[in-house]
Amino acid sequence: MKKTVLVIGGGIAGMTAAARLADLGISTVILEKEGEAGGHLRQWDRLFPTRRPGRDVLDYLSQDLNGKADIRLGAMIEEIRKETGEFILTLQSGETLRGDAILFATGFELFDARKKEEYGYGIYDNVITSAELEAVFQSGRPLMTDQGFPPKRVGFVHCVGSRDEKVGNLYCSKVCCVTGVKQAIEIREMYPDAEVFGFYMDLRMFDRFFEELYFEAQQKWDIKFLRGRMSECAENQDHTILLKLEDTLTSRPLKMTVDLLVLLVGFVSSAETLRLATMLGVGIGEDRFLVPEDMHIRAHTTKVPGVFLAGAVKGPSCIPNVIADAAAAAMRIHQYLVHS
Amino acid sequence: MIPEGKRKIWQDYQKEIAIDRYFYVRSCVRQNFFPASEKVFLKIMREELAKDVYENAAHTTCSGIGYHSDIVPFDTTMTVIARQFALMTEAGYRNFVTSCITSFGLYSEVMETWHHFPDELKKARKYLKQATGREFDLPENIVHASDIIFKFRKEIAGRGRYRLIHHLTGKPLQVVEHIGCHYSKMFPSKSVGGAEYPYVLVGMIEEWGGDVIDYPERRHCCGFGFRQYLIKANRGYSLANSRKKFESMKPYKPDFILTNCPGCPMFLDRWQYTLSEMEGVTYGDQGRGIPVLTYEELSGLMLGYDPWDVGLQVHQVPVEPLLDKIGIPYDPDKKYLGKEGVDLGKPAMPPRLKYP
Repeated sequence: MKKTVLVIGGGIAGMTAAARLADLGISTVILEKEGEAGGHLRQWDRLFPTRRPGRDVLDYLSQDLNGKADIRLGAMIEEIRKETGEFILTLQSGETLRGDAILFATGFELFDARKKEEYGYGIYDNVITSAELEAVFQSGRPLMTDQGFPPKRVGFVHCVGSRDEKVGNLYCSKVCCVTGVKQAIEIREMYPDAEVFGFYMDLRMFDRFFEELYFEAQQKWDIKFLRGRMSECAENQDHTILLKLEDTLTSRPLKMTVDLLVLLVGFVSSAETLRLATMLGVGIGEDRFLVPEDMHIRAHTTKVPGVFLAGAVKGPSCIPNVIADAAAAAMRIHQYLVHS
Repeated sequence: MIPEGKRKIWQDYQKEIAIDRYFYVRSCVRQNFFPASEKVFLKIMREELAKDVYENAAHTTCSGIGYHSDIVPFDTTMTVIARQFALMTEAGYRNFVTSCITSFGLYSEVMETWHHFPDELKKARKYLKQATGREFDLPENIVHASDIIFKFRKEIAGRGRYRLIHHLTGKPLQVVEHIGCHYSKMFPSKSVGGAEYPYVLVGMIEEWGGDVIDYPERRHCCGFGFRQYLIKANRGYSLANSRKKFESMKPYKPDFILTNCPGCPMFLDRWQYTLSEMEGVTYGDQGRGIPVLTYEELSGLMLGYDPWDVGLQVHQVPVEPLLDKIGIPYDPDKKYLGKEGVDLGKPAMPPRLKYP
C-alpha cells in the first residue's frame, strides 16, 4: 500500500520535500496555513547574491511539484497524535488526515521588531523592516518616506533580533547581512543620489559570492558600512530619524539623521511550530528552533520515530541550503518508510 | 509618530501598585531642592485620598549617592536597606514607597540581588542582626511615590480644580516629561511603561488634559548623572547634558517640564539660569525659561493648592507664566513669605533669565 507523508508547511522546504517524495513513489499531503504555497519567498522580490527574481525560484518549485502532492491551503491544524505507528492529524475544519510520517517544514517567522523598543519600529513613521522594504521593491512602486518624499539618506541596522541577549536570541540569522547589502544596492539603483549606510557588528558573508556583493556595494555603489551597534533612535520634528551609535572602528560616538531606517529582522521560530512540536514530543532547542536527533549525522530525524525536520524549522538558513536540506529529508523519510 | 505603537508597549509594562497602607521613606536631598514636594504628597495621600501613610523618624539615607559614587560598599548598602525594611516590619507595614528615584532603583537592585543570590540576603540579615539586633520581612510591594500618584491620577483629576489646558485658548499645554534614570532604565519591568517610552508621567499629563512632547533627546540624562555633578571638575558634562536636552526640546515650545526624580528638576531648573549666565542663552517664552515641576507640585496645582504652598517660589525658573496659562491665581506679594508670613527675603533678579 502506498505510504503517505503529512508535510506541515508549504514553503520552499515543504514544496521541495514533497516533490522529491513523490519522485520516490510516496504520496504527500502539504498542509499550508496561508492561502497560497511558497512561504516567505512569495514576498521576496529579488534574491541574493545573484539578484534574480524570487519568482523564478518559486515558479520552478511550483512546476516541480505540479500535480505531485495534495496541497491543502488555509489548513489550520487542531491536533496531531500518533497511534500504533500512524499519525492522525485533525484540522480545525474537522477533517482528519492520516499519514505514516510527519515532516515539519514550518520554516520561520520574522522577528517582531517592536521588541527592540529603542529602534522605534511601530512608533516612528520612517522606521521599517527589511521585509517591508522588499514588499516595496516587489510592488514596483518607488520607495518613499511616510511623508511621501524620496529618501535622501537611508540607514540599515543589522542584527535586529539576532545575536542579541536582550531579546533572548543569541544565534545569527545568517541571511540578514547579505540581505542588507542587496537591499542597500537596490536603493542606490533606485535613487543614485541617495546616501546609504549599514550599521553592523560584523558582516557575515558566509556563502559563495556574498563577499563579492559586499565589495560591489562599497566599490561600485559607495555604500558606507559603519561598525557599531545602534543604541537608540528618535524621531525628529520633521519625521526624520535621529540615530545614536558608536563607530567602533574609530572609537567615537556618532549621531546622525536618516530619512528612512531599515531594520534587518532575523528569524524566529513560530509559536505554531512550537505548539505542534510540543504536541508530538519533538525536542525544542534553547533557541526555540526544533532539534534533530543528531545535528551532524541525523539532521532530519527527531527523537520521535516518524517525525522529520526540513529547512529553517531547525534554524536560520538560506534558500539553496533549504532546498538541499529538504531533498535530503525526503531521502531520510523514504528510508524510514521502506524499513517500517 | 504613531501613538498606538507606544500604547502597545505600555501594555507590556504594567506593575502592581498597592492601594493603601504605605511605609513612606523621604529623600535625602529633595527637602532642600524642592522642599514642599514631599509635604504635598503626604497631604494629597492623607487628606484628599484618605490613605494610611506612615513615616518613621529613624529612617536614614539609603546610601544611594554614596553607593553610586563608589564610596559606600554594596554590603553596607544592603545592610542599610535591611534596616529600613526592619523599620517597616516593626511598624506593621508591607508596602514600601520611596520618594527618591535613586532609592527606588537601589531598593529594586537590592531586592533583585537577594532574589537571585539568596546568600546575600542571609548575609544582610546577619549583619543587621549583629549591628542593631533587628530583623525584617521583605516588602510585598515596592513603588516610587510617582507610581502612586499615577495610580490615583483619575481621582486627582476628579477632585482637581484645574487642568493642563490654556485657559484663554482652550488648547492643551505642551509638556515635556522626564523620568529619573533610576526609575526604569535599570529595571524596565519595575516601572510603569518601561524604559524607552515610560508612561508614569505621561499618564498624569494625559489624564490632566495636557499633550506630551516626544523630542529626540527625551531619553537623555538630565545632567545630574552623579559623577558629572558630584565631581566638581566634571560639572561641564552636567551642563552639557542639560543643554543638549534644552536644545532638543526647544523647537517644540514646551510649556513646562514634568519630572519624578530629586536631581532632574534641580538640574533642569537651576542649569537654565547657569546657561543663561554662561552663554546668554535662555529657553522658553520671552527669555523666561521653561518651568520645571515635580509631579507632587503639579498634583498640588491641579488640586487648587496655593502655588506658594507647594513651594514654587524656590524655583530658579519663574513659574508665573505657567500659572497664567492654566489660570491659577497667585499673589505676587506673598511669593517670598514663609510660614506664618515670615519674610524669606527676595532673591536678586538675574540679568538674563527674565522674571515677570
